Amino acid sequence: MSDSDRHINFKLMRDHILALQDSETPRSGKKYWRSLEELADTPLFREFVEREFPQQAEEWHDPIERRTFIKLMGASLALAGLSGCVFQPPEKIVPNVKQPEEYVPGKALFFATAAPLFGAATPVLVRSNEGRPTKIEGNPDHPNNRPTDFPPEDPIRDPRGSSATDIFTQASLLSLYDPDRSPTLTYREDIHTWTSFVAEMRSILDVQRPNGGKGIRFLTESIISPTFGALMKEVQAALPQAKWHQYEPANRDNALAGATMVFGQPVNTTYRFDLAQRVLSLDCDFLAPTLPGYLRYSRDFMARRRITETNKEMNRLYVVETTPSNTGAMGDHTWEVKPSEFEGHARMLASLIGLNGTQVGGLGYPYGGTSTPWAEAVAKDLLDHKGASIVLAGENQPPFIHALAYAMNEALGNAGKTVFYTDPLEINPVDHRKSLGDLINDLNNGQVELLLILGGNPVHNTPADLKLSPELLQKFASQKESNRCVHLSEYRDETSEWSHWHVPAAHYLESWGDTRSYDGTVTIIQPLIQPLYEGKTAYELLAIFTDQYDRKPYDMVKSFWQTQRNQGQVQATGAGTAAGAGRQAPAAAAVSTQQTIQPTPAPAIPAPATPAPAADFESWWRQSIHDGFVANSAFQLKTVSLNSAWANNQTPQAQQAGAGTFELVFRTDPSIYDGRFANNGWLQELPKPLTKVTWDNVAVVSPNSAKQIASIDNNGGATKGREHYVPLVEITSQGHQVTAPLWILPGQPDGVVTLHLGYGRRLAGNVGSGKGDSELVGFDAYKLRTQNAPWFITGATVTNTGRDYPLATTQLHFNLEDPKFATEERDIVRSQTLEEFLHAGSGEHAEEEKHGHPTLYPGYDYKDQAENAPNYAWGMAIDLNNCIGCNACTVACQSENNIPVVGKHEVVRSREMHWIRVDTYFRGFDPNQPEGVNFMPVPCMHCENAPCEPVCPVHATVHSAEGLNDMVYNRCVGTKYCSNNCPYKVRRFNFFLYQNWDQPTYQLMRNPEVSIRSRGVMEKCTYCVQRIQNAKIQAELEDRKVHDGEIITACQAVCPTEAIVFGDVNDPNSRVSKLKQSERNYSLLGELNTKPRTTYLSQLKNPNPQITSA
Amino acid sequence: MQDETPKPYTEGPMHSTSPVIDPGLTFASVTDKISSIVLKRKTSLAWFFGFAISFALFQLMLLAMTNLLFVGIGLWGVNVPVAWGIDILNFVWWIGIGHAGTLISAILLLLRQRWRTSINRFAEAMTLFAVAQAGMYPIFHLGRPWLMYWLFPYPNTMGIWPQFRSPLMWDVFAVSTYATVSAMFWFVGLIPDFATLRDRARSKPFQILYGMLAMGWRGSARHWHRYEMAYLLLAGLATPLVLSVHTIVSFDFAVGIIPGWHATIFPPYFVAGAIYAGFAMVLLLTIPLRRFYGLEGFITMRHMHNMGKVMLATGLIVGYGYIMEAFFGWYSGNKYERFMIWNRMHGPYSLYYWALILCNIITPQFLWFKKLRSNLLALWIISFVVSIGMWLERFVIVVTSLHRDFLPSSWGMYQPTQWDWAMFIGTIGFFFTLLFLFIRFLPMISIFEMRTILPEAEVEE
Repeated sequence: MSDSDRHINFKLMRDHILALQDSETPRSGKKYWRSLEELADTPLFREFVEREFPQQAEEWHDPIERRTFIKLMGASLALAGLSGCVFQPPEKIVPNVKQPEEYVPGKALFFATAAPLFGAATPVLVRSNEGRPTKIEGNPDHPNNRPTDFPPEDPIRDPRGSSATDIFTQASLLSLYDPDRSPTLTYREDIHTWTSFVAEMRSILDVQRPNGGKGIRFLTESIISPTFGALMKEVQAALPQAKWHQYEPANRDNALAGATMVFGQPVNTTYRFDLAQRVLSLDCDFLAPTLPGYLRYSRDFMARRRITETNKEMNRLYVVETTPSNTGAMGDHTWEVKPSEFEGHARMLASLIGLNGTQVGGLGYPYGGTSTPWAEAVAKDLLDHKGASIVLAGENQPPFIHALAYAMNEALGNAGKTVFYTDPLEINPVDHRKSLGDLINDLNNGQVELLLILGGNPVHNTPADLKLSPELLQKFASQKESNRCVHLSEYRDETSEWSHWHVPAAHYLESWGDTRSYDGTVTIIQPLIQPLYEGKTAYELLAIFTDQYDRKPYDMVKSFWQTQRNQGQVQATGAGTAAGAGRQAPAAAAVSTQQTIQPTPAPAIPAPATPAPAADFESWWRQSIHDGFVANSAFQLKTVSLNSAWANNQTPQAQQAGAGTFELVFRTDPSIYDGRFANNGWLQELPKPLTKVTWDNVAVVSPNSAKQIASIDNNGGATKGREHYVPLVEITSQGHQVTAPLWILPGQPDGVVTLHLGYGRRLAGNVGSGKGDSELVGFDAYKLRTQNAPWFITGATVTNTGRDYPLATTQLHFNLEDPKFATEERDIVRSQTLEEFLHAGSGEHAEEEKHGHPTLYPGYDYKDQAENAPNYAWGMAIDLNNCIGCNACTVACQSENNIPVVGKHEVVRSREMHWIRVDTYFRGFDPNQPEGVNFMPVPCMHCENAPCEPVCPVHATVHSAEGLNDMVYNRCVGTKYCSNNCPYKVRRFNFFLYQNWDQPTYQLMRNPEVSIRSRGVMEKCTYCVQRIQNAKIQAELEDRKVHDGEIITACQAVCPTEAIVFGDVNDPNSRVSKLKQSERNYSLLGELNTKPRTTYLSQLKNPNPQITSA
Repeated sequence: MQDETPKPYTEGPMHSTSPVIDPGLTFASVTDKISSIVLKRKTSLAWFFGFAISFALFQLMLLAMTNLLFVGIGLWGVNVPVAWGIDILNFVWWIGIGHAGTLISAILLLLRQRWRTSINRFAEAMTLFAVAQAGMYPIFHLGRPWLMYWLFPYPNTMGIWPQFRSPLMWDVFAVSTYATVSAMFWFVGLIPDFATLRDRARSKPFQILYGMLAMGWRGSARHWHRYEMAYLLLAGLATPLVLSVHTIVSFDFAVGIIPGWHATIFPPYFVAGAIYAGFAMVLLLTIPLRRFYGLEGFITMRHMHNMGKVMLATGLIVGYGYIMEAFFGWYSGNKYERFMIWNRMHGPYSLYYWALILCNIITPQFLWFKKLRSNLLALWIISFVVSIGMWLERFVIVVTSLHRDFLPSSWGMYQPTQWDWAMFIGTIGFFFTLLFLFIRFLPMISIFEMRTILPEAEVEE
């Protein structure tokens, strides 16, 4: 056959390829199927056909005619195609909140569901435009999101529930539409059908059933879904020998093990930060989305720091941590200690609090047997607030620290007041490392014949010395011809590469399911769109191993809950397990028993819009889906008692580091978590809090350590004009080695290198893997992680390679060359202590007033021309006291306003497009000992005297009659003068055509109410003008003014701590006006007379006078 | 008339009394000599060589522009915060170079500085070509260059006029007016010479071409009368433009609120800088040309001296400007201004700043010395250094002011890309392409005006 013929004759080509394959890889025995035709000839297929189409089976017993086959296939394909035209799933899904009377094109619907990304689920409301999910918001009606009860009677308090979410939830929308998601089910490289997959699984099952499924192993991540649990139970009942393993790189092993140590049983701990006056965090980054309940906790915690007319008290946060974190930045006192010294510090604090010698294991203080003054002050402060304090231990810390924290909470009388225990969220809490170890053992010993990996990416993220390595999977595959590995995941990733079967997983917005939030409240996950690709759920995969192998997820979830209800597991009425119990009952108790607690009047929590539970299941089901949660499904509070002998179960103390070596701290990445979000451009390009690095992970060291490793100053290459280049270092630990860019972080403890997990993905997709093996995005820190030291390793060596590496950072401010010109003098972020504020006031407001703004031109009064009544004048107030630097506003804005991702190369050239950024400023002059960290979200200021407006030669940026600084994209010719003249540098320019106009899935994703900007135009924050207009239209229809709080900008909606408030500054009663009247209110760069509409409220700190004076 | 005996023309150290034209020349020899460069002289290999290089670079510019139009200005190194880079810098630089021509032609004409006659034609041509280069930058630096006409006030269905408060709008008027008036001035000045070329051209096509350009010039007294009136009027029109154009260009910066831009000193200091750069460029081009075409008789050392002195004077004004900028930064007590000056001197771009001081303040001090003013090589090197210095000045103003402004969080760095350089080198190529064509096809020295300064033209009144 000539080459020229091959491309025109499909059959010739096929024959050629088949011949080639046969000659290249001669196989003995059974061949792999290459096509449906081949498959059709096997006994397996015949059996499958008999099962699937019993009434037509005889036709298939005839010798297969190719034509018949094609005909049938064609017909089924056509039918599949028809159903593919419908976006919404066929089952009944129930819209929430703004339900138009009829379906109105152009009007968005909101559906409640939950985002089960990792840890506990986040309850969300998803906006759907014409059947396309376009934006994710928090569900304000969910019990977890009810307004904070504190401070009481506060006029500025937002009476509504929070619609906050975190960056991962926000960005999961992009993951849904990711074109790199795996589109089809494959066997090795070949595309196959779901039915052929099911057929093979069923035939394996037939082999396995007689011996109780001895060779079947399931490997999942932590599972919270009750339906999944029930299904697994069903599978295990049918196949008692089959084993279920769980592994997740960032698991809750330590917390659960700590609880088992102390209480004899694993527990889930929930906290009431709104009742806590003193908080001690032992390396717990509870203001980062990795902790279940983070949204509730950060909101409550920050509410406790809100100083109002009636409340002049503030909680106090002590943080002892091993690497700087957002929580550490918020701490009133933060101590950075080496991981190897951490346990000593924890023990010291514990014994000062009164845990006796046996309880702390009889070990003394870290500093030669004496305690330090600060620790004494902390302990005293905590003891002074018994029952109104919280001690938290970080998930990274070993079980013993968790045990200490549990014991300290008991000793402080916090249990039952601010700290509560429930059953674990996980269906089956196991020790992940042990579970993985068992599986790997079994794999090595050839006891496994079918391995089902449901989610996760173990080939990438298992520890270096307990790796589910490609070699192991190859070995497994070669042990027996019939051995099969199945991987269910959204991407064809590193694990899929070495699995026989890869099943594309459905996104949570595409599938039915159920999950729990941090306190156990159940949400039924309802899909908003049919799977864009051939996504399947874990439920469907599990169902194959039950009698009814073709059940739909909807039926499974529904029937599970029907059973639950019939059995009375879900209470139709009453309290008991009510989510409110954890929140209401203890509050009352606390008031009655503890005088130190701020008197909290019985909080009037508005009941969610849930009518009395109906008797029949259908309406209960409808109601639950509509509301986005199952009423009263939170876990029962548990009373656990301290096991007196717990301290006898000692873990070995962390080994001391050798001289000249470094300690490594592993953390999940603040942007891409454990690597699962690696292909998400929004998250990759999100500047990480503190470092502001995008598109890479770095080896974080202190300035002193950097000098030691690479003999560089904190200036780095700044003075040479090469600010983006950092040295590459080689980190060696226990025989494993990675090369990482060095990043200097003020506040990092000396001799400690922090590495973030999740990068260095080889097969994440076009975004997360760079261009081939040589150009990975970031480095793979999992290579250094071992099973015994998942979070801390001592004795690592770090050497400079002498090479440079370009990093894409969005902020290089800490390279302050001369203190004389430091940020302090610029007065950008204002911060003072509570004491100073209460005594002297901040004087910000007075200062602004005094300065006045001399001008030749009369100010615009923002009055309605026709009625001479006050018009709207939009404004924003950002309370720096509340900002925890979580970046959620940046991603939410990106999602709402169709902001493109520009890529690392463009970020290196300072061309990122975020409309709202979170600036990070370190306080103090010594980079080794920063006095603290401040975060400052910066959107467009919408200046009254906007410097950008007069310089535009074509009137492309103009002032609106409501005081908005409008940007007219179509009029912009791109002189960029406005950006130059903007003192806040909030304008963003489309230097290239950044938007992907061609990718169909991205077209589905975009917010139809926001223009897609083309090349060559300027853009910037609009205060979400589309939301303003929607509210105004609605108000006009109803012949009223827009209510305060009716317009919520995307950044405001997502903010977990309610730091951003938007509204009408012409209305003196609006929340924003009241905030602007606060003494703490100030304008950023106000001396430029730009009169920004966005103003800031200065930060307050509440340091312990005993420590500051010492 | 013994006194009228021509003094011998001497090369070498000169003094102010040295003649502005070789006294040995006559009406006929002037005409012969200048017109022969265009009409008779064989085109030299060197001309072809120079033209080929320039033309090749000109093609590079076209390539850079085409790519820019198709891909976007992201090809350049501009970013946020440095949204104007060497594009605007080059615009200002070219515009500055374009200043000498009109100054020499118009202001010196009005001031009756007769020495200007030998160099005005050439300087005007240079002006025109430099403005052409400058004019391209504001168009191509736009995000959407094809919409540049929105900057013009034209009646349109959108019902929008440009924004007259924007200095960029003023730029449009200033630069386009300047280009128009300069072109007219240049062309009007050429008319009598076109007639001479028409009369002397030997080939039919050239006779027709120059004839058309001469617009029927017959050299009658009436023609001369009207011509001189028109020329004087144009000179009067052009004079304020010398001041206005660069004043307005400086407003692009002075109106901005960025520290380092927002300075009242900018208009005079920019105008002085422009004249400074313009004269440097005239010298840079004249010295080799004069040598190559043997024009020592027309462009004498007197011219060199005078131009050197103008450079010295404007250089001192510019130096004063730099010192005042630093002084204001300190004296204002404004933290941003102080930081700006500090950053210029010690920041990542400090090398540029000190190089600028060296080029623009230290180097011209050599011009105090008559000996150096008379040394053509020294003069040429000084001019070259000053041209670079003026480029650096604009870099310092545009880039270092922008890259670190108010909020340290948005500080950044700027690095021109290869496409930036391609465009810049390309414009230099385009400039020289035009210049080579000019010296080949047009009289580079005004024939009729040269004749007026001959001793023969001295008429006893």
